Amino acid sequence: MKPTDIANPDYFHKVVDCQWACPAHTPVPEYIRLIAHGRYSDAYMINWKSNVFPGILGRTCDRPCEPACRRSRVEDENLVKGKKEPVAICRLKRVAADYKDDDDIAAQMPKAPPKNGKRIACIGGGPASLTVARDLAVLGYEIIIYDQDPKLGGFIRTQIPHFRLPESVIDEEVGHITGIGNIEFRHQRIDSLKAVLAEGYDAVFVGSGAPRGRDLDVPGRKEAAANIHIGLDWLSSVSFGHISKVGSRVIVLGGGNTAMDCCRTARRLGGDDVKVIVRSGFEEMKASPWEKEDAMGEDIPILNMLVPKEVTHKDGKITGVLFEKVKAEYDAKGRRSLVPSGEPDEHHECDDVLVAIGQENSFPWIEKDAGIEFDKWGLPKLNEKTFGSTHPKVFFGGDAAFGPKNIIWAAAHGHDGAISIHKMLIGEDPEERPAPGVNVASQKMGIHEWSYDNAPTIDHRLKVPHRPKKEALKDIMAEVELGFDPQLAFKEAQRCLNCDVQTVFTGQLCIECDACVDICPMDCITFADNGEEKDLRTRLVAPAMNPTQDLYIGDNLKTGRIMAKDEDVCLHCGLCAERCPTGAWDMRKYYMEMTQAEHACRKQ
Amino acid sequence: MTYIAKPRLHHPSLVKNKAGYTRRDYEGAVSTLCAGCGHDSISAAIIQASYELDVLPHQIAKLSGIGCSSKAPTYFLGASHGFNTVHGRMPSVMTGANLANKNLVYMGVSGDGDSASIGLGQFAHIMRRGVNMTYIVMNNGVYGLTKGQFSATADKGSISKKGVANSDESIDLVSLAILMGATFVGRSFSGDKHQLVPLIKAAMDHKGAAFLDVISPCVAFNNHPGSTKSYDYVREHNEALNRIDFIDGRDEITTSYDPGSVTTVQQHDGSLLRLRKLGEEYDPSDKVAAMKRVQEGMQDGEVVTGLLYVDATPKDLHHHLNTVDVPLNTLSDADLCPGLPALDRINASLR
Ligand SMILES: Cc1cc2nc3c(=O)[nH]c(=O)nc-3n(C[C@H](O)[C@H](O)[C@H](O)COP(=O)(O)OP(=O)(O)OC[C@H]3O[C@@H](n4cnc5c(N)ncnc54)[C@H](O)[C@@H]3O)c2cc1C
Ligand SMILES: Cc1ncc(C[n+]2csc(CCOP(=O)(O)OP(=O)(O)O)c2C)c(N)n1
Ligand code: SF4
Ligand code: SF4
Ligand code: SF4
Ligand SMILES: [Mg+2]
Repeated sequence: MKPTDIANPDYFHKVVDCQWACPAHTPVPEYIRLIAHGRYSDAYMINWKSNVFPGILGRTCDRPCEPACRRSRVEDENLVKGKKEPVAICRLKRVAADYKDDDDIAAQMPKAPPKNGKRIACIGGGPASLTVARDLAVLGYEIIIYDQDPKLGGFIRTQIPHFRLPESVIDEEVGHITGIGNIEFRHQRIDSLKAVLAEGYDAVFVGSGAPRGRDLDVPGRKEAAANIHIGLDWLSSVSFGHISKVGSRVIVLGGGNTAMDCCRTARRLGGDDVKVIVRSGFEEMKASPWEKEDAMGEDIPILNMLVPKEVTHKDGKITGVLFEKVKAEYDAKGRRSLVPSGEPDEHHECDDVLVAIGQENSFPWIEKDAGIEFDKWGLPKLNEKTFGSTHPKVFFGGDAAFGPKNIIWAAAHGHDGAISIHKMLIGEDPEERPAPGVNVASQKMGIHEWSYDNAPTIDHRLKVPHRPKKEALKDIMAEVELGFDPQLAFKEAQRCLNCDVQTVFTGQLCIECDACVDICPMDCITFADNGEEKDLRTRLVAPAMNPTQDLYIGDNLKTGRIMAKDEDVCLHCGLCAERCPTGAWDMRKYYMEMTQAEHACRKQ
Repeated sequence: MTYIAKPRLHHPSLVKNKAGYTRRDYEGAVSTLCAGCGHDSISAAIIQASYELDVLPHQIAKLSGIGCSSKAPTYFLGASHGFNTVHGRMPSVMTGANLANKNLVYMGVSGDGDSASIGLGQFAHIMRRGVNMTYIVMNNGVYGLTKGQFSATADKGSISKKGVANSDESIDLVSLAILMGATFVGRSFSGDKHQLVPLIKAAMDHKGAAFLDVISPCVAFNNHPGSTKSYDYVREHNEALNRIDFIDGRDEITTSYDPGSVTTVQQHDGSLLRLRKLGEEYDPSDKVAAMKRVQEGMQDGEVVTGLLYVDATPKDLHHHLNTVDVPLNTLSDADLCPGLPALDRINASLR
């Protein structure tokens, strides 16, 4: 194998599994360390810069970082009672938001410079548009955000129930953005893209989301319409206070996060027999495991493998839903299809049905001849790098770009869209993406002292305290999760392995004494004759079984051998560097800040 | 010194041996030796060998004298018996312990200063008595603990860190051990675990006096140009005669060898030593030839390594003394003091 090029910013970035997996590439271990130090405001600002909504995401993020976390690969089943778990990255983010010093944060918020004369329209006021607004307002652009709803926030405000995300948190974080200046909000529904373009905007960002909930198409749907509600519409009506009651027996159809929010909301509005009924199996449900756990914890059963067949009704009033039982069958290619199981149909009685079986994009306001081409799924044709559409001035992001995703992806798209818009407007090629800012610095403080806490703990993942169920179900505004207190937060933060503190090897210094090999608790390091990767992976002190994780190859050894380190299970404990007599190993912190519009001119 | 304990987390592929322990269970405290010291690698090899042999940690006794090398037993086999004796006196304590309880696996760990200077007499006598043990000298050619004075194994003419040449003849512990009657003698290098681990395993299994001279560079005081015990020097001059595969009597034999490329030595307990030739023809069961080859190597400036001499049917101290079958420390007062009639019988036999 060739020696590893550690100058490539992606190499060490990939070792920081969580940061690599985060769509906005938040420097996770850095903010977790700051939380452990009690520096909540600094931790908040690191988050704010990269993901814009720390308080919101700390409660609601889909957390793609957590399944990636190295901790879940290296824990010892026996020490954690059988369950290897990632660090509670997401809920630690909330700690930064909960305990930050608000005055300190206010003082650190950027202010818009004098206007540069260019005007940008954002359609939709969700996280994607808000991110674009933030990134461009600080550069002097004038931003006008249009939304049909009376307040900024998009689905964050209208869909996510307040018992998961208090409105005050949304107000605060939307306020951080509008407080920059140069951002104007217009409560206005857009009915024509051509009309918007005609107003002479220099660029238009479409962040209008995926606002249409799929409807149910079975006999009885029309007749029982009064008690059948589209989940998305129903949730926003609840959010705006237009709906405050539901029948006592409620069936929620669907297995995604909308379904989970519908059922838990129904439990708080008078539903005492609420069930979720899904056509797929439990494991294939789109909702995250913790969402399912929370729903079941509120006495909501989840019934699987049942396909709605008919809505039953009497005298114009709903009586229930009839379901066909299905089973999974797999074809030769392993593809699954649901086929009738042959068992008798099941009838479930109810007073209300909430339909949460899917969400779709819809752009009725974009005229056919507006210059925007769509693909066969009704999504705009986009340049995946720049988010530019077939109209040179129009960019897309968030759920409007590639279909429904989540908040963190919307923020990531927003950053990218802002870079493209800025580059276009300063006359540069948006296709040329700027390089991230990277800083790699030794953490050595003394002979065996490091600037970080290098001893890994063996504590298992801590649970976030919840409000007692009785209390929580009584009040739809009462936040269920109470958040970690500083002590719990410290303990959880200490579970982080500091994967950003990298093991850096300098072959010229190595005397091949094996001290690092002998001390390494994870058997990561091998000195061996070089070979092809496939062969080398089997010849290591411990086999490197995870091909998605790199082997770090170092050369320039006197014996002509190579050093091969399996990055997969490294604890970043620094023992290799402590036991190395020559400093051939060093622990260096890799800090990477993703580029945003303000650094758009940074060259690759 | 490293301040943090080695984390208990481990590689997911770590498995338990037949005794029910993982390799990590054979570790000791984190080493306080200088980072990069060869002794730590030998400790790691002892851990690996003990794990692979499925020995129960509490059935091993590790004894040592004084020196960095003699501190090393703290850093391996943390659940085994240990005795840190006075300087150079480990052999007599080990002889006594072995006499009292022959059922333990004995491991003596010493340095070149501890064994070739102050303890040379004790070294010679434990070999000639044939105590059933594995005696490992971590040989760095200096007194590491007292800051690097030449020891008696330093080669004549080798240069100290300060630049002074050693004018004394060196003592070769391998030659001495063979001469004194050790029945298993080998030499290896701390930087070559592929060779060292099987040698330690075979030595631990050998039912007699087994001696291993392991060159172990002192990074602090004897790892410079001009030293003949440095990493670079040993790598350049290492003349490995063979690599052994130790095959426990219980293990299935899975490796196949080209005919003519191996010599097999079957020990009395059924275990096999397979010697893979690495060049010249070498017969480790010929004591006189072994002495000759080792001396020739010294003359040519080679560091001859491998299994150098083995007697497949060793006799140990207990055999020589014709002791009872059970360990002496299990004998009861009644066994040890059989009473007046027995004394009368003995007296009568002497009249
Ligand atoms: C019930 C539910 C729960 C969810 N929970 C989570 C969660 O816990 N975590 C998570 O990460 N994600 C969650 N999501 C997904 C998340 O809300 C979205 O992915 C995210 O908000 C998308 O952001 P966006 O900026 O693309 O658009 P949106 O947030 O959808 O905002 C688009 C805005 O544009 C407005 N708009 C649309 N068309 C027009 C028009 N023509 N004129 C004017 N305004 C218009 C809409 O009213 C809306 O306010 C959830 C979604 C739903 C439905
Ligand atoms: C009776 C006695 N004399 C002298 C000493 C001083 N002393 C301590 S260690 C040592 C030499 C150790 O050398 P070696 O056995 O080679 O161990 P190393 O440190 O090199 O591993 C000496 C002379 C002592 N501790 N006790
Ligand atoms: S930091 Fe070094 S010693 Fe620690 S696990 Fe990683 S490679 Fe091994
Ligand atoms: S501890 Fe340092 S000098 Fe020794 S083998 Fe490892 S990297 Fe090389
Ligand atoms: S002084 Fe030499 S022998 Fe002692 S610990 Fe340091 S390197 Fe090892
Ligand atoms: Mg010594």
